[in-house]
Amino acid sequence: MNLVVETMNNAPAQPAQKYAQKDFQSDQDVRWCPGCGDYSILAQVQRVLPDLNIPREKLVWVSGIGCSSRFPYYVQTYGIHGIHGRAAAIASGLKMARPDLSVWVATGDGDGMSIGGNHLIHVFRRNVGIKILLFNNQIYGLTKGQFSPTSVEGQITASTPYGNIDHPFNPLLLALGSGAGFVARSVDREPKNLQEVIRRAAAHRGTTFVEIYQNCNVFNDGAFSTMTDKETHDDNVLVLEHGKPLIFGKDKKKGIRLNGFTPQLVDIGADGDAGLIVHNEKDHMLAFILAGLSSMPGMPRPIGVLYAVDRPAYESDMVGQIEKVKQSRGEGELAKLLQGGETWQIEW
Amino acid sequence: MLRLMVGLLVSEAQTDAQPEALPTISDRRKKETISQMATMTKKTQEIEQVTLRFAGDSGDGMQLTGSQFASTTAMIGNDISTLPDYPAEIRAPVGTTYGVSGFQLRFGASEVTTPGDVCDVLVAMNAAALKVNLRSLRDGGMIIANSGGFDDRNLKLSRYESNPLEDGSLSRYQLHLMDINKLTASALADMNLNMKVAARCKNFFALGVTYWMFNRPLEPTIQWIRDKFKKTPELVEANTRVLHAGYAYGETTEIFTVRYDVRPAKLSPGTYRFITGNEAFAWGLIAASVKSRLELFLGSYPITPASTILHELAKHKHFGVKTFQAEDEIAAITSAIGASYGGSLAVTTTSGPGLALKTEAMGLAVMLELPLIICDVQRGGPCTGLPTKTEQADLLQAVYGRNSEAPIPVIAPATPAECFEMAFEACRIAIKYMTPVLVLSDGYLANGAEPWLVPAPESLPTLPVRFRTEPQGFEPYSRDEQTLARPWAIPGTPGLEHRVGGLEKQHITGDVCYDPDNHDFMVKLRAEKVGRIANDIPLAKVDGEESGDILVVGWGSTFGAIRAAVEKVRSTGVPVSHLHLRHLNPLPRNTGEVLSRFRKVLIPEINLGQLSRILRERFLVPAIGLNRVEGLPLRTGDIEAKILEVLSNGH
Ligand code: SF4
Repeated sequence: MNLVVETMNNAPAQPAQKYAQKDFQSDQDVRWCPGCGDYSILAQVQRVLPDLNIPREKLVWVSGIGCSSRFPYYVQTYGIHGIHGRAAAIASGLKMARPDLSVWVATGDGDGMSIGGNHLIHVFRRNVGIKILLFNNQIYGLTKGQFSPTSVEGQITASTPYGNIDHPFNPLLLALGSGAGFVARSVDREPKNLQEVIRRAAAHRGTTFVEIYQNCNVFNDGAFSTMTDKETHDDNVLVLEHGKPLIFGKDKKKGIRLNGFTPQLVDIGADGDAGLIVHNEKDHMLAFILAGLSSMPGMPRPIGVLYAVDRPAYESDMVGQIEKVKQSRGEGELAKLLQGGETWQIEW
Repeated sequence: MLRLMVGLLVSEAQTDAQPEALPTISDRRKKETISQMATMTKKTQEIEQVTLRFAGDSGDGMQLTGSQFASTTAMIGNDISTLPDYPAEIRAPVGTTYGVSGFQLRFGASEVTTPGDVCDVLVAMNAAALKVNLRSLRDGGMIIANSGGFDDRNLKLSRYESNPLEDGSLSRYQLHLMDINKLTASALADMNLNMKVAARCKNFFALGVTYWMFNRPLEPTIQWIRDKFKKTPELVEANTRVLHAGYAYGETTEIFTVRYDVRPAKLSPGTYRFITGNEAFAWGLIAASVKSRLELFLGSYPITPASTILHELAKHKHFGVKTFQAEDEIAAITSAIGASYGGSLAVTTTSGPGLALKTEAMGLAVMLELPLIICDVQRGGPCTGLPTKTEQADLLQAVYGRNSEAPIPVIAPATPAECFEMAFEACRIAIKYMTPVLVLSDGYLANGAEPWLVPAPESLPTLPVRFRTEPQGFEPYSRDEQTLARPWAIPGTPGLEHRVGGLEKQHITGDVCYDPDNHDFMVKLRAEKVGRIANDIPLAKVDGEESGDILVVGWGSTFGAIRAAVEKVRSTGVPVSHLHLRHLNPLPRNTGEVLSRFRKVLIPEINLGQLSRILRERFLVPAIGLNRVEGLPLRTGDIEAKILEVLSNGH
């Protein structure tokens, strides 16, 4: 038995007591700008963690660099504040080494999709059992307002005074295209939905990806205002529920159906609800279509779980392979390794 | 017959003037040989050491031929050192000079420390192989040439104006011609093999010839062929036949009149195996994992010449080894850092360009103060450089090459087998001091092989690890008074929840801290921690006189060449001392004091003087460098000449 297993033998599998939100608040002062969307995300996470019934010591938050990446300091669990872009890789290594831990990543659009883009796509492909929350504020906050890989075309930023000529990523499409098995979206100002999505992510094995629209009120205020302002909210937010038709709008009078492969708005009052798309989390193609809505003018943006299919996590395959080899070859023995195979004796 | 024998004897006389004496025949034997020359047809001559080089197309299987010869030779008790020398292209166009692959080995009845500066016998499978390798053959040396590989096309591709086998240009050498292509084909004539498959057996013919010539048994190779081709009995039959045919050819034809015998070397008693540096490194890690009871985690990205460490570890999953082929060099090291945080013995392996990519993450490991082994198998650079060639030019990168003050212990193995010990030593330091440790291997050590006296597992020390479990008084950056190591508190341990990160830490608490005094204190503390390792490593030990006119200082894979050169000079009665450094950061405590006892300090390196700079800077010694950066091991002869030059240069 190795030392980690032996050390963990004494640790309880269940929390000794039921945690409260405050049990996940660390003693560090939270240092985001007042009004930043990150506060809400932190609060929702701290609200959900007690419900997961995971001992606090089994939770690890890993991050890279950026405003979002200060997250681990504020949660009273284990944590690593890593280097720029590498959170997914650090977390992958930790999860492979310790499949018994619940490993979470807090990252942002710059950290996760620009400098860390390579790690992100590969972790999706591999399906390492880590939970990734990507705070998308469509800007670099910590470095003071440069455009990010999700900034919109034409956006005026510190580094694009004449407008951004980069074309943005659609994070959900990137995740789906890279083979992610769990893809969801929520918004900092949708506490209920955000909590629900985080709960779903926690329960899923394999990599989970949650894009969270987050307002940076200092450098990119109102980037998601159509989704967060009271007056425009209902017409611009499509809440996904598995098995339910895609209906939204103030009086639930709008729907979406397909014309060929192209989504089409339906005025339910006038045309009825025949042929509306029924959400199916297991439908990969549908997930692509839903993810694509975000870049179609006039369409609402979906929130909730777009796609969730169960497949074995990378780390369990890794452990499984090791167990198999141990069964067929027997537990490794140093003497056999050193003295086995082609050796010869020299005697005097 | 006469020509051959005289050739060898003459060449021996010549080599006396040369940097390195090659086949040495004792005077007594020499006389015998000459007196018996007339009466015997096939005679066995005893020689002390010999260097042999196989060269052919990269598709000709020269690496395999060389390594078969080497392992057979090791098994019959010779000391041996090998130097595979192959192109970066996997299958360069057939017959071209840039597709030539070579395998050099030196074996002997006495200690062999280098694969040889120049070879005594060159086996050339085609014209290009001869063209590329002739410069490494000593005057009077022997060429065994496959005349079938010298047709017009071959000659044209290797830019020979006329056939060197026929135009007299090789008259300085002992030339033996045989059409290995034809001889192989006729050995297999009745087997109905397709031509391509049959042609691929020809390296075994060459191997058979050399086995005869140096009196080696065929059995180990036959066994190897059986295992290797067990799924295709046809190939077992074909290759075995060709091997026998080559042996018989040596035995029966007129062209060879002498065969050579190299007596077993006087090696210490025990169990031996033949091992390359990368294998030894991988095994050292496994041993450290067993002895520390930590699970071994390797995060790695394929890169020549480090990849075979990944391959080797991936074979040993029954030790619980987790190997992760990451998406890039950065993920390779950062995944290892994550694993280390989780309580694994974490390792990342790479070569120079990859080390450059890992730089920032090494800084993270310094900040987090977690155990981590980083192995850099150096190759020719800069940039992509010479991927398959050796170099020692990453020393400054290893010791200094990170932003800010980021001290990392650096150690370097001296021989292929020593990679085992150094991997183990790296783990010991990393665990005990909670620090990343960098191991500098190189292409020559990685692929070179030597006989290794296998240690008994019980003889290896245990590597004690204590994870912190006690919540009472836990502070993530509190320190062991002696080692200054911080506690290793792994996730899953109740009550020790804490955050680490790349931002500056407050002393003791580990909280993020921007205080100027604290930063100054922590920078010095991290340096002090690495500095203190000097108290925990062997003192620098001089081989030879404790003081005198000249000390030759080396590090890494140049050990063998330096040692051979030093011994050559000593054998002429001139005292020369030798210091080999295995710990490069920190240096052994007495290094400065040792250097000060010598009038001259000579530092041969395969770089432009990187250790020289470090020693000059640390100890203000006027170190003299011998610096050749050819992508090849240093030549004993060059070092020997430099020692003499420095000694005669009496200022
Ligand atoms: S800069 Fe923007 S994202 Fe960063 S803390 Fe301030 S408001 Fe939040």
